[in-house]
Amino acid sequence: MARTITFPTLQRASANAASESKLALLEFLLASEDPAECAQHSVDWLGEHTDAAEILCAVVDGEHKRLVGIAGYGVMPSRLADFSIDLEEREHPLVAALRGSQPVVFDPEATGREHPRGLQPGDESALFLAAPLVGTEPKSELHPGVIVATPISPATARSVRWIAAVLGRRIARLLTLHAFLDNQQRLRRERALLYSIINNVSDPIMLTDTEGRLLIANARAEALFATTDEESEGRRRAVAMNNMLFSAALSQRALDEGGEPSRRELLLVDPNEGSDLLFELMSAAANDPREGTGVVSILRNVSDLRRATEEIEENYRKLRVAEANVRAERDRLDLIIDSVADPILVTDPTGNIVLMNAPAERLFTVPESPTDAAARAVRANDAHFSSFVSNLFLAGTELRWRGEFGLVDPASGNAVPFEAISGKILSEHGEVTAVVTILHDRAEAIEKAKLYEQVKRASVELEEKVHEATAELVRQNELLRRQRIELEQASALKTQFLANMSHEFRTPLNAILGYTSMLLQGISGELSPSQKKSLSRVDSNAHHLLSIINDILDISRIEAGRMPLHLSEFRLADLIAEVIAESEPLIARTRLEVSTRVPPSLPPSRSDRPKVKQIVLNLLTNALKFTPSGSVSIEVTHDEARDRIAISVRDTGIGIADGDQKKVFEDFQQVDNSPTREYGGTGLGLSICRRLALMLGGEIRLQSRVGVGSTFTFEFPRRARRKA
Amino acid sequence: MSEANGGPAATGEARTAPLILLVDDFQDNREMYAEYFGYFDFRVVEAANGIEALEKAFDETPDVVIMDLSLPGMDGWEATRRLKNDPRTKKVPVIALTGHALAGHSKGARDAGCDAFVAKPCLPEKLLEEVRRLLAASAASGKSRPASRRGAEPRR
Repeated sequence: MARTITFPTLQRASANAASESKLALLEFLLASEDPAECAQHSVDWLGEHTDAAEILCAVVDGEHKRLVGIAGYGVMPSRLADFSIDLEEREHPLVAALRGSQPVVFDPEATGREHPRGLQPGDESALFLAAPLVGTEPKSELHPGVIVATPISPATARSVRWIAAVLGRRIARLLTLHAFLDNQQRLRRERALLYSIINNVSDPIMLTDTEGRLLIANARAEALFATTDEESEGRRRAVAMNNMLFSAALSQRALDEGGEPSRRELLLVDPNEGSDLLFELMSAAANDPREGTGVVSILRNVSDLRRATEEIEENYRKLRVAEANVRAERDRLDLIIDSVADPILVTDPTGNIVLMNAPAERLFTVPESPTDAAARAVRANDAHFSSFVSNLFLAGTELRWRGEFGLVDPASGNAVPFEAISGKILSEHGEVTAVVTILHDRAEAIEKAKLYEQVKRASVELEEKVHEATAELVRQNELLRRQRIELEQASALKTQFLANMSHEFRTPLNAILGYTSMLLQGISGELSPSQKKSLSRVDSNAHHLLSIINDILDISRIEAGRMPLHLSEFRLADLIAEVIAESEPLIARTRLEVSTRVPPSLPPSRSDRPKVKQIVLNLLTNALKFTPSGSVSIEVTHDEARDRIAISVRDTGIGIADGDQKKVFEDFQQVDNSPTREYGGTGLGLSICRRLALMLGGEIRLQSRVGVGSTFTFEFPRRARRKA
Repeated sequence: MSEANGGPAATGEARTAPLILLVDDFQDNREMYAEYFGYFDFRVVEAANGIEALEKAFDETPDVVIMDLSLPGMDGWEATRRLKNDPRTKKVPVIALTGHALAGHSKGARDAGCDAFVAKPCLPEKLLEEVRRLLAASAASGKSRPASRRGAEPRR
């Protein structure tokens, strides 16, 4: 943009006026602290006091990257604002001017380059003067700025050099000051930012010195490790404990050699909550040449992390257990299914077998070394099974299907009848997901049923036989019962008959005996000896008849159980004496020597006295009867050990032959059945004695020799017991 | 056929001799005993059954009754019971006489009130012995009548 700028021309100035204006400028420069203001004042002064039409002042920016305009005279403000030269353009005359200490004159045309922006001289041939602002203490290789002016005259050049020197010193100082202030402000900002960042970190961060004293701590760290006296006792104690734990951790670190940042776990207490907090402590030595060595520590809260880890581990463990359980359950299920003797098959909805147990495998899989027959059997079994299962699908809503069919055992080739039950397994939506089929070998059941039928038949037959036998038994029992009743009745009748008979006998006998006795007593007048003898015979036979009747009555009473025992206490010696006394007439008639011997010390006996007496009397009578000459003795002995009495009646009579010895105790038996004697006897005496002896718990024994004599011994307990 | 058969007894002190009532349905036995007792100076009244025995007993008031137990109609036990229950005859001793020797007869007789029990066959002398024993006992009891007492020892 070519434009002509017209500067007001300074006509002249007196030396004084010039000196005064220079002084005024210097005073202003010293008073002002703004480099731009100083630069503007300086270029304005040059424009007023020299011929230069356009003057521009540029300075190096704070970053030492570019040369930028800060003041101009005769320059459009917009052009001034746009003025900027990269310091890297080392060949640019203005940049070059910054390196030197003397002003340089350059011709923009000669350089072959474009005019620097902002410097568009009105006159094409005009030269430019670039005077570096020479500072008092040039710190760097570049001067802080440059003044460019055109056109140039010697006077202008002098003024420019003077201004460059004056302004250069002031600008350099001001720039240095500004730079320092800027720097400080920036540091403050950065520091604040840093603190804000640190405080915003959720992890506690601390800097401690070598003795463990806290130098810097962020808010989170302060919450854990710092406290004031106003705070609660619990919190103060927690903080103290945390400090102690932390110091211990750090000192532990000090023991670990090596500059590597160390990591360790540190358990602290939340001073507010009182709960445990687990931190990961990362600490590293921080070396600062001015501050010395410190330790930077960062604590990372891993409480939640650890809890999460533990939870994950626990969940994982549970998962493993569950998995193991599922596996065990499945194994057990497999074992159960395999151990079921019945074949079990699971088919999918299309009819493919998806699972079967070992018994099923034997039927539906081809054996390892297959024969044609076995393969055929498996195919046939498959076909049978498939057609059976298809029934279930055809059955519609039915969930189960039961049926029977025959399969072939591939191993043996035997046909086996099976009963099969299939069941649908439905999904939640009611779709058939699988069909389970259980086969049951019916061969055994059929066999059992057959056997059961046989057993039942046999049982029925047996029952019939038992019924028959029972009925027969009942008949027999009834017969026996009737017979028994009849027998009892007959026995009772017999006893009654005998009793009646004896009564009927006695009544006439009473008259016979009575009249005979009266006749023999001579009540009806004296009898001749012959009459008397005949009447005696009548009397004797009547008595005999009576004794027979009595004996029969005795036996029938005993047999009918109507002969009761009447036990009493008595002395045997008395009883023997009575027997002798009653037998006196008989003894007198036989003229036999009769003796008795009873031990004097014999204790009294307890028995049925009349019966004992009847026995002894009978034995004595017999002895007298069958002893023609000699003696008869009665001897009583006592077996104290057994407490039994023995009454022996010994005679020197005819004796009884061995063969007849048993006979004498039988009913109506005598050795010689014809009564040879006056008191012939009924032949019932010994038989009655034997029965009576038995009633008394005793017995009668016989020792005898023909022609020598007999000994009858009646042995019985001294103290009889009543029989139940 | 009552006192006429007394024979020797009728000739003696008929009024004072002891009176025996003989009850038996078997005539031979009854007459046999009657003859025997008559021979020994007793007065004898006979009866062939229980009813007759009671009538005679109440009419005559005998000193001793000889009672066969097996009688047609009212038997000897019942007759004895009635005699013993009647104030007129209850002191009169009764001798039971039976051909039934089965156990229980003697006890039944005593229960009926018999004073003695004699089994058939019984010889007349045995029966006489029993009669004398009972008369003596009656006399000893102090309540016997003078008539009985006098006739108690007819033949001593």
